[in-house]
Amino acid sequence: MTAQPSAAPSATPATAPDDDAPAARVRSAPLILSAPAALLFAALVLTPLFLTALLSFNEFDHMTGRTGGFTLEHYRSVLTDSYYLEIFLRTFRVSALATAICVVIGVPEAYILSRMGNPWRSVFLLVVLAPLLVSVVVRAFGWSMLLGPEGPINAALVALGVGRVRMLYGEGTVIVALVHVMLPFMVIPVWTSLQKLDPAVEQAALSFGASRATAIVRVVAPQILPGILSGSLIVFGLSASAFAIPGLLGGRRLKMVATVVYDQYLSDLNWPMGAAVAVLLLTANLIIMLTYHRVVEGHYRRRLG
Amino acid sequence: MSFLELKNITKRYGPMTAVGDISLSVEKGEFVSLLGPSGCGKTTTLQMIAGFVEPSAGTIRLDGRDITRAKANSRGLGIVFQSYALFPHMTVFDNVSFGLEMQRVPKGERKPRVEEALALVHLSPYAGRYPRELSGGQRQRVALARALVIRPPVLLLDEPLSNLDAKLREAMQFELRDIQRKVGTTTVMVTHDQSEAFSISDRVVVMEAGRITQIDQPYRIYEHPQTEFISRFVGKTNLLPGTVTAATAGGASVSLAGIRVDVETAGLSAGETVTLCIRPEKLRLTAPTQGLLTGRVADRYFLGSQWLYHIDGPLGTLMAVTPNDGSTPVETGAPVGLDWSPAVVRIHRGTLAEAPDPALEVAG
Ligand SMILES: Nc1ncnc2c1ncn2[C@@H]1O[C@H](COP(=O)(O)OP(=O)(O)OP(=O)(O)O)[C@@H](O)[C@H]1O
Ligand SMILES: [Mg+2]
Repeated sequence: MTAQPSAAPSATPATAPDDDAPAARVRSAPLILSAPAALLFAALVLTPLFLTALLSFNEFDHMTGRTGGFTLEHYRSVLTDSYYLEIFLRTFRVSALATAICVVIGVPEAYILSRMGNPWRSVFLLVVLAPLLVSVVVRAFGWSMLLGPEGPINAALVALGVGRVRMLYGEGTVIVALVHVMLPFMVIPVWTSLQKLDPAVEQAALSFGASRATAIVRVVAPQILPGILSGSLIVFGLSASAFAIPGLLGGRRLKMVATVVYDQYLSDLNWPMGAAVAVLLLTANLIIMLTYHRVVEGHYRRRLG
Repeated sequence: MSFLELKNITKRYGPMTAVGDISLSVEKGEFVSLLGPSGCGKTTTLQMIAGFVEPSAGTIRLDGRDITRAKANSRGLGIVFQSYALFPHMTVFDNVSFGLEMQRVPKGERKPRVEEALALVHLSPYAGRYPRELSGGQRQRVALARALVIRPPVLLLDEPLSNLDAKLREAMQFELRDIQRKVGTTTVMVTHDQSEAFSISDRVVVMEAGRITQIDQPYRIYEHPQTEFISRFVGKTNLLPGTVTAATAGGASVSLAGIRVDVETAGLSAGETVTLCIRPEKLRLTAPTQGLLTGRVADRYFLGSQWLYHIDGPLGTLMAVTPNDGSTPVETGAPVGLDWSPAVVRIHRGTLAEAPDPALEVAG
């Protein structure tokens, strides 16, 4: 993986030293080529981010609304208010659980998928990816209809004599729906790293008398760890900032950070406060993900390159 | 009753037959090499013995037990894969130790055995490295050590030495042979390299397009190739088309484009079309006009211990190899005579099946 990019620059010094104009062009080529994407990124991601950060320092008054100026008041109130802390903790707990469940379901799913014969493999890959084609909102509504008090599950429970069970507006429901939405983001990177695996390596483990389970745990799993790692980062990041699922399935009571931001902006009209919460979410997310990345990957860097 | 027995083994991939109806018996403690051109089904055969490819038909028996459908992890074979298949996330030491661990060898016993195996392949200083930090040849030796360390009853080696330099390769060949003699490991080795196959095997199996064409001792394969393909694939050879003119007391007399030569093969009848095979090292260079043929040196190549001459003559270009005894070689363009004794000529009946494939000649 690392050998290929390094090979390209090493080829450039081979050009004669007197015609350095083409050499300079070659050297600036990466910059020029990545410029459009960089500009787009700056315009669409960095600018709003920067404006949001600025906004979070503005003063706010419930009577007069936003009033310019500079204050750290919003950060102070978020960080000291147990209401917000609880929401942050809930968000990360729910995201971590959803990620863990995605690993537990998604990794074996990807493994089984990679072992399937050809017609079935394509069919099931499509089944796994199909949910991505349906809007998250539609899927959230699907879950709320399914789990609602008049939904088929409750109808079945009533018919069985168990009685109605309240399933909506709980953490469990949000987690289940998040897992449903995020699973493809776990399966795809794991599947990709499984594709890169030499099947002979697993066979080698079997040839030494390892059981199938041992071969998977000792030989396959460590090699697809980078895939699991990136899958977890994607799932965690998307879950922690998810809006539609907790918004529709968590109800008014079970708030997550993204729904709080929404409330601040649109119900309380306290934009600076919403911005401060958003910035804090981003920061916390970054810290958690970078730490996770460091711990897991640092552990395996030398081995897998 | 042989130790490892393949009976009418066939493997088809869709309409393509990778291995077609091969049968092979290997005795306990025997060293057998599968030799054949690329794509002839050697790896497929080995993988069927190993249990990673399921035969489409036929049976495989190991020590009297039918293992045709047995799980790969119940066969207890030591395997070196063509692609090495090292565990990339484990150090060299752990790679070698893995098999012992699976066999539940106590921890204290593992370390000395791993070290011994690594010393055998000259890799002791590399025990702490990861596979990706090794050269190709070093990886290959890890694969070898990993298979040897578990002391399996059967070793399956898929081109285990292909990536080593000549000296190391020779050293490893002798090690393999030595281990196999001492421990009595039954070994099946796949190789492209015929000198490797010849030097360490008890018997050589020549494969061609998914079939076995000859199973014999190395010496006999070389001296008595049963088909023209083998004579071309194994070593270099001169193939001369001719017609039998008469059966004689000692064999027959054959006309090669008008030149009469004697051969010692019995059972030929006059008028039959035959192909004569003469190994280049069995041709003797003589003074011009003194041999059976006269020709001119078109090219000469220095091979170290030998000289290889291409000699243009009435039968086309012939190859002759003479030992480098320190004397001055014949100059390019000089006329020479070619001579041989009737005993060295092998006969294949019929005409040349196809034009000699230059690629195969080079491989030899
Ligand atoms: N999984 C597969 N599907 C289809 N065809 C295959 C498969 N594996 C091997 N083959 C074909 O079977 C034939 C034999 O392959 P095999 O790997 O046994 O060759 P080989 O003798 O080991 O060659 P080499 O010396 O190059 O390693 C080849 O023509 C190959 O293309
Ligand atoms: Mg092969």
